[in-house]
Amino acid sequence: MNITAWFYFPARLAWRQLIFDRTKLIAATCGVLFACMLVFMQLGFRDSLYASAASAPIKLNGDLFLVHKQSEAMWRSIPFKRSELMRALGNPAVAEVYSLYLALAPFKNIETQVKRTLMVYGFDPDSMIFDIEDIQNKRIELRLKDTVLFDEYSRPEFGPVRPLLEAGRNGTEINDYKVIITGLFRLGISFAADGNVVTSDLNFMRIFPERSLSNIDVGVIRLHPGSSAKQTQAELSGQLNEFVNILTYEELLQHEKDYWANMAPIGFIFGFGTVMGLVVGLVIVYQILFTDITNHRNEFATLKAMGYEHGYFIRVVFASAFFLALLGFIPGYVLSVGLYHLAESQIFMPMPMTFSKVITVFTFILSMCAMAGFLAIHKLKAANPADMF
Amino acid sequence: MSAVINVHDLNFSFGSGALTQPVLKNVTISIYKGEIVLMTGPSGSGKTTFLTIIGGLRQAYHGSVVVLDQQLINSNEQVKVKVRQQIGYIFQQHNLLKSLTALQNVCMTLEMQNSMTEQQRLDRAAEMLRAVGLGDRLNYKPDQLSAGQRQRVSIARALVGRPQIVLADEPTASLDKQSGHEAVAILKRLAKESQTTILLVTHDYRILDIADRVVELEDGVIKNA
Repeated sequence: MNITAWFYFPARLAWRQLIFDRTKLIAATCGVLFACMLVFMQLGFRDSLYASAASAPIKLNGDLFLVHKQSEAMWRSIPFKRSELMRALGNPAVAEVYSLYLALAPFKNIETQVKRTLMVYGFDPDSMIFDIEDIQNKRIELRLKDTVLFDEYSRPEFGPVRPLLEAGRNGTEINDYKVIITGLFRLGISFAADGNVVTSDLNFMRIFPERSLSNIDVGVIRLHPGSSAKQTQAELSGQLNEFVNILTYEELLQHEKDYWANMAPIGFIFGFGTVMGLVVGLVIVYQILFTDITNHRNEFATLKAMGYEHGYFIRVVFASAFFLALLGFIPGYVLSVGLYHLAESQIFMPMPMTFSKVITVFTFILSMCAMAGFLAIHKLKAANPADMF
Repeated sequence: MSAVINVHDLNFSFGSGALTQPVLKNVTISIYKGEIVLMTGPSGSGKTTFLTIIGGLRQAYHGSVVVLDQQLINSNEQVKVKVRQQIGYIFQQHNLLKSLTALQNVCMTLEMQNSMTEQQRLDRAAEMLRAVGLGDRLNYKPDQLSAGQRQRVSIARALVGRPQIVLADEPTASLDKQSGHEAVAILKRLAKESQTTILLVTHDYRILDIADRVVELEDGVIKNA
């Protein structure tokens, strides 16, 4: 038996039977489409959450990073002594070290005076700690007293900062301390902070008088060109106190993502939503296939009497499942792209439709339909020609 | 003449134990190549059961049933599938696939034959439909056809694979006198052209005239073999 006959004929019969009853086909397609969109949205939000969690560290300009062992994530870090970072300079591979100070603080909306919490980053303006041009270009201004830069990608609740700056209204308060916004940059928000502000380390201490320069949140280490980050990491872990974690750039990103994936229940919530979407889709597709077999029982029995083997009907059922997966996935994908754009414009979270996500969701939907087909084929036994005639 | 169907001492019953209900008792009959045999008898006499055993649709355990040189008693699924593929079946209801056109329905018989191209299948099916007088209805779906036309499509479907045997189970039951007679007349003409053996179960006495031989089954016993 050649492969065309083996798959093409049952697939063609499945297709002809599917398109014969348009109403039912539309209902079935909607079921798959629904499941498809649910999974796309859940995965989209989850990935967006992980991506935004790493939005700040991904722009950090360093080879190794020191954080306190007790820090769950950067946004709720435990400060440690700057002297620990300085000790890293003892390693010959280390070229320079810089301190990064972090704190959440209320920011007063210039227009409405309403206060909302954002993230404040403090560092030596000459350190080029952030790989963002707008910040590096403003390093002279940042050295002045009480100056800050504001993240344009912050939520709109902080006020229309760009037009306000253009109109010359640049004064506001952070942590009840008067500051002047001297410029804008673009970083992006996360689940932890609705907005970002960067300032110099000295200004940071003015805004947060209870903090001191000798207690830092993240230590940024740059190595001499040609040095191995992995090897230096291993050497430093023997030289530094054990209360600091030494992370490579990739490990830092993973550390931030892992917080949301594992420590916070949010990763679980989205995973659960994905599974629920697939279960609902599974039940719908199973119902459709099951009633389809019941309705075609007589026809299948006829074909069996003509000499068609049992395997042929199994292929018909799986082909139907495959077509439903495909028919539901395509509009589901198109609508999800639309919803991703909507989400990006409404909640200012990055929601990229990546190729790997498309493949992942399609695999999920295909497995869901295959599973439904697998559950439905036992009904084929009812198509026994001897009982029919 | 060689017998294409050779049944000897076939016994068959439904149920088991105290509830055993014998349906066929010591049935012995031989049907030869090219013969048209009508089997009549009151309902419940076991006609359809007999037909489903011959057609490899129902498993029998006692006696001997040799169809096209294959023993069907205690046979496995492969043997039965092989026999089914060489038999054309015409059912009481037309049993056409309602989502397929007349042409596609007839092609279903040929799709089991890998040696043909798709075009050959379509040509042969169309030719067969023209032979049953439906050349202008090739692309009609079953619910766009009359009862008589549907039964003619199912005759075309049964014959298009050039089977050695055609089994027909009350093919005129759902038809009026004229279309019923037309249908069996077409069946007879095409069968005679290709030397096909026909075993037709019916209690429609209006069509007895097409038979070479009439056998009567009553309470599972053949009265005049």
